[in-house]
Amino acid sequence: MAELNRDMFVIRGKDTARMESISRPSLSFWSDAWRRLRKNKSAIIGMLIVVIYAILAIFAPMVSGYTQSQMDAQARNEFISAAHWLGTDSMGRDMWTRIWMGARVSLSIGLISAVLNACVGAVIGGLCGYYGGKLDMIVMRIVDLLYGIPSLIITILVMMVLGKGVAPLIVAMCVVGWIGTCRFVRGEVYRLKEQEFVMAAKVMGIPDFVIIIRHIIPNIMGMLVTNLCMAIPGAIFQEAFLSYIGLGITPPDCSWGVICKEGIQFLRYYPHEILVPGFFICTTMLALNLLGNGLRDAVDPKLRGTD
Amino acid sequence: MAEKENILELKNVVFSFHTYGGEVQAVRDVSFEVRKGEILGIVGESGCGKSVTAQCIMRLNPEPPGFFKGGEILFNGQDVLKMNQKELRKMRGQDIGFVFQDPMTSLNPTMRVGAQIEEVFVGRKDISKKEVKEKTLEIMKLVGISDVEKRYRQYPHELSGGMKQRVMIAIALVSRPSLIICDEPTTSLDVTIEAQILDLLLELREKLGTSIIMITHDLGVIARLCDRVVVMYGGKIVERGTVQDIFYKTAHPYTKGLMESIAKLDTAKGEKLKPIEGTPPDLFSPPKGCPFAARCEYAMDVCHEYPPEEYMLTEEHESACWLQHEYAPETELKRPVIGKKGEVD
Amino acid sequence: MLKYILKRVVAAILTILVLITVVFFLVRLMPGEPFTSAKLTPEVAENMRAYYGFDKPLIVQYIQYMGNLLQGDFGYSMKYTNRTVNDIIGETFPFSADLGIRALVLAVSIGLVLGIISARNRGKKIDFFCVIVAVLGTSIPDFIMGAVLQYFFGIEWGLLPVARYDGIEYTILPACALAFGTLASVSRIMRASMLEVTSQDYIKTARSKGVSDLRITVKHQIRNAIMPVMTIMGPTVASVLTGTFVIESIFAIPGMGKYYVESVSNNDYSMVLGMTVFYGIFLVLCNLIVDILYGVADPRVRIGER
Repeated sequence: MAELNRDMFVIRGKDTARMESISRPSLSFWSDAWRRLRKNKSAIIGMLIVVIYAILAIFAPMVSGYTQSQMDAQARNEFISAAHWLGTDSMGRDMWTRIWMGARVSLSIGLISAVLNACVGAVIGGLCGYYGGKLDMIVMRIVDLLYGIPSLIITILVMMVLGKGVAPLIVAMCVVGWIGTCRFVRGEVYRLKEQEFVMAAKVMGIPDFVIIIRHIIPNIMGMLVTNLCMAIPGAIFQEAFLSYIGLGITPPDCSWGVICKEGIQFLRYYPHEILVPGFFICTTMLALNLLGNGLRDAVDPKLRGTD
Repeated sequence: MAEKENILELKNVVFSFHTYGGEVQAVRDVSFEVRKGEILGIVGESGCGKSVTAQCIMRLNPEPPGFFKGGEILFNGQDVLKMNQKELRKMRGQDIGFVFQDPMTSLNPTMRVGAQIEEVFVGRKDISKKEVKEKTLEIMKLVGISDVEKRYRQYPHELSGGMKQRVMIAIALVSRPSLIICDEPTTSLDVTIEAQILDLLLELREKLGTSIIMITHDLGVIARLCDRVVVMYGGKIVERGTVQDIFYKTAHPYTKGLMESIAKLDTAKGEKLKPIEGTPPDLFSPPKGCPFAARCEYAMDVCHEYPPEEYMLTEEHESACWLQHEYAPETELKRPVIGKKGEVD
Repeated sequence: MLKYILKRVVAAILTILVLITVVFFLVRLMPGEPFTSAKLTPEVAENMRAYYGFDKPLIVQYIQYMGNLLQGDFGYSMKYTNRTVNDIIGETFPFSADLGIRALVLAVSIGLVLGIISARNRGKKIDFFCVIVAVLGTSIPDFIMGAVLQYFFGIEWGLLPVARYDGIEYTILPACALAFGTLASVSRIMRASMLEVTSQDYIKTARSKGVSDLRITVKHQIRNAIMPVMTIMGPTVASVLTGTFVIESIFAIPGMGKYYVESVSNNDYSMVLGMTVFYGIFLVLCNLIVDILYGVADPRVRIGER
């Protein structure tokens, strides 16, 4: 250290500029989450699959040249060919068209019922968590009761009361579907309510609804979106299951559950009639699960890689 | 001071963690030694590498993501970094005890207290079950647990915080190790319980002759307990010496800042405590000069450019600060220097 | 501990009562009169209504039904007029129970092992493999899994019988199909829970005691990590049970699930009522047992709930 000289030994004191220079560039919550999500390969693949399927569900039936109920007695149970991209079923209907028509029904039921459940659950759970008291107690008793009973059985019974079709299906899935979100939102809101920044806002006399909008909702939004994303495959599965056992959507309407139900009868001789729609159901659920996992890791890095 | 045998010696230990953001250098070239029967304090603020250093000694840091980049840790002359699993386990259970910071979470909730203490002896064939239980009950009495037979069968959640910390100390002590490392053992306890636990540690040193490493951010604890002190900042040792040296012949601005930031009996009414402004350096990219320079009221140009040399003020007292350099201006911290480290013996 | 059990039992009885009531009224709300078939003359229909008690007010019917239930009578079938629900449950439940228990044992044991292996080898290839199995398991509905297994193992390769339930080799495919989804969720939760436990302070304490890795995994990690898995055992039993609805149909197993689905599609209301109530009681009892076991396993629950 030959270059040391006396000039360097003059006391300059604290260096406030450098003192806090350590902070890395700060990112907003959502742009940070998006950055993390983008890095997650499987989540991006999941998202791509979902987008592609959604586009196909909208446009594929239009360009196939067939309608979903158009039968062709000459071409029954045909395997994949140029005329019928995914073959035909036992009544000679084009599988490609039917699968994407079914996708319209299955995907929208999955999306609508998941969103509905999330909204109902979030509102009820939020009110219970924020205000507590009698309302909370009563709702929680109901929730505990419903939680002990398998949701599918209740859904089946409600379906039997309401009859078949899309609307009854969504209503039936909603009867018990909101419980999960409700529990989670209530817990989160309850926890947030006790935290200092909400306390501080309350002490400053900020009205409740402003606190909820400014402080509570942004803090649970991430997990809520994640939960929603994870709930969609569950709802798609429920639709398929109910249609499969003869409730829900019934022929001649078509959904993935209906196609599977019709296809499985011919498993022995024409396996593509169940395996092809099965493939689309599985990949959709897989894609949504991957996306959901990625979202969860992105909005809550603490949980990264623990599941 | 009479030359005492070293039980533990750390030589130029460098320990880092791999993280998503890159390499974090938690311990940067740390050397110190612990002598038989002494209590050594390690002091510093949160995140300065105290706990990581302590856990390095027993290789308790998870590896990976942590890894040693260099140095030696000699326990009774044997290098801990070269030990195999079996030797490590023997050292952990039998030769060194570790008391963790938070007794609330450091005990297994599904295991009875007695069984957790006895677990230290699992795998030892030279000692019978009956002896193990006797030793356990004896140590529980020694650390001041009353009604030991009953406590022996209880679960952690049935005990108070102070009681849990006593159990932790019992776990560390039951095999009569020659060294105990206490990582902020009283931080999460009430002040009254803290005093009891500290008294207990002093008493145990008297009775058993154990060496103790006491990690804390509380200078009060240091003053009460320790023989010698190591002050850490930014993963490095900035000053070391006897308790008297550190308190009365302070030779590093960081140590001075630490002392000014705590209330003392003679702090006059109305006199304000002086906090150290700013935050510790980010160990992702530690500054090239002295880690404390940015927050130091005595900072000079040289401090930002070069890491400080280590100056020996006495044989025991060392300071890593440019203020001790011959060119540095006269300040209240400047002490007569007997040489640079490595040049005097 | 006694207080804890008592509390659970009371809660379970309440749940069962509410469940029966809800199911009863839902079934009565279902559209369509049971005796409007064209084959029946009005007098016969009237007689049958009287015979089954449909002419009485709903509340009387309800009380009657509860009374019958107390005596263990689950009701009758409208489709198979000479058979009671008890007959059918007695005949079909053993098949379902056998299948369900096989699937559950398979799912829980393999799921736990996968979860543990996966967590212990975090970030390595084997962990990646286990995670893939878990994601696939949650993404493949059981009826598709059933169809795939049936097609490849039964039809294409002819390794195992595809239908009926006449011996051990008949149980393999349906049990696997039923177990797969549950296996996946058990292994996911076990893995997450193991990783959570691994970062706990008491694991470090155990390491500082010089305890061997194997003993840490067994005595400290698994013991604590298994708790969250126990809490999902109730829902797990429920999902296996609803899984039997389709799996039994696919594999032509004469179990209760197959009958239930048939009753649903035949609109055999009294049968649906009886079987649903039976399922409900069965599940609530399962939940009760799980709760009590949980209390035994976790000392914190046992003494004064937190």
